Amino acid sequence: MTSPSIHGRDGSNDTLPTNHVTDELLAAYAAGNLSEAQSLLVATHSALCPECRAAIAEFEAVGASFLEEIAPESMRAGSLDSVLARLDQEEMPANNVVQHPSSYSAPDRQIGEVLLPQPLRGYVGSDLRDVTWRPVIRGLEEAELKVSGPEFNVRLIKVAAGAAMPQHSHQGEELTLVLTGAYQDGSGRFARGDVQIADGDVDHQPTAEPDEACVCLIITDAPIKLTGRLGRLLNPFIRY
Amino acid sequence: MKLIQVDPRLVHPSVMHTLVENSVKTAITRPVALFGSVRSLAAFAIIASDGAMTQEPTAKETRPSEPLTAPELVTFVSKIAEQRCKTSFQALFGYFAPRLKAYLMRLGSDADQAEELVQEAMIMVWRKAASFDASQAAVSTWIFTIARNKRIDAIRREKRPEIDLEDPALVPQSESLADDIIEEQQDARRLKAAISRLSSEQATLIKMAYFGDKAHGAIAEETGLPLGTVKSRLRLALGHLRKELKEGAP
Repeated sequence: MTSPSIHGRDGSNDTLPTNHVTDELLAAYAAGNLSEAQSLLVATHSALCPECRAAIAEFEAVGASFLEEIAPESMRAGSLDSVLARLDQEEMPANNVVQHPSSYSAPDRQIGEVLLPQPLRGYVGSDLRDVTWRPVIRGLEEAELKVSGPEFNVRLIKVAAGAAMPQHSHQGEELTLVLTGAYQDGSGRFARGDVQIADGDVDHQPTAEPDEACVCLIITDAPIKLTGRLGRLLNPFIRY
Repeated sequence: MKLIQVDPRLVHPSVMHTLVENSVKTAITRPVALFGSVRSLAAFAIIASDGAMTQEPTAKETRPSEPLTAPELVTFVSKIAEQRCKTSFQALFGYFAPRLKAYLMRLGSDADQAEELVQEAMIMVWRKAASFDASQAAVSTWIFTIARNKRIDAIRREKRPEIDLEDPALVPQSESLADDIIEEQQDARRLKAAISRLSSEQATLIKMAYFGDKAHGAIAEETGLPLGTVKSRLRLALGHLRKELKEGAP
């Protein structure tokens, strides 16, 4: 999908994600037709992924191009005049100074701290250490995020360094975005910015890499299904 | 419908009146055709300013209906930013407001709500003109996103997670990629060419994706195809479009 040359950069140790969100999600985000939960994941991934930001910009341009060919609806008589009258009441914008990235009031960054992308900071604050975690099973903690709309469950999970999740499959669709650390499952390796999309066809046992805890943003539209020998017995108790 | 282009200087005023009236009548009976011919109508309207057009009060606001060129649009926005230029604002309003209204109505807003959202969006254009960055997006794309965001804020009343280009956590793109993207966005013709190279089914599917949440279901019903098939065809169509955009890159 991406040519390696795009990834070969110098001067920065930011790594670029290799596992992306789908074109449907990017287009729906650009069109404004995505749920808040999915928008949160798409925007957070895209903050970490220039390729998907570019794709969103393209899809926004596609939307704008449809405006050109749409049959216009006349505005009401007097509409322009009333807007012009409202402009007169507008004060000169107080903040019309171009803000340079260097003047941006970024939270102070401390050693070892991972800065969360802006879309997510609106939900959890700027620092993962401030999150109140709830233990789930050994090696796994989670924190639910308040996102409108009943159709998705949105949460952060923290998998302890080296810990393996129970073997499981999915009843609906699960989108996982890695924020810190990395995990592996049978299908590959997922690190900061990577997105894994899993459904009923994916039966996996994600395992965090040994050197660092792995924190992910997860949105699901149905509970997972434990498929391991012991796990199966626990299925009735799983919230999602 | 094809309007006969007449140089107004060569035509007697009474003949011009008849021409204008006929065009208006034709346009009213065939609203679709109006779209393509508003600019010529408006040209007549300016000449025949002694009352011939007063039955058509909205004509003034829908005047510049042919696509304005990208540099024209950028000039309007920078004049708004630098001089608070109302003439430029009127030009943008005249072109975009009726289109945004149609777009919002296609997405399910009624006429009143669409009208209100468009007014809000255009006021935002006025307010935010100084933050428009021509190196990031075309004016039409910028205005499209403003209207899109207004709609989400007003109708869905939920948070709208947004990518912040000043975000210190943002992973930047390599410079060569950045250059490509800017060129891509500014080349509207290339975009149109890419869309035109899609099959009509694919183009329709993509348009539907922009024009409503219920589109997938509606297409499924219309075509008798299962929802999953509609979704996978849309996926192919979007992938195809991105490929076309990449291949058409200069």
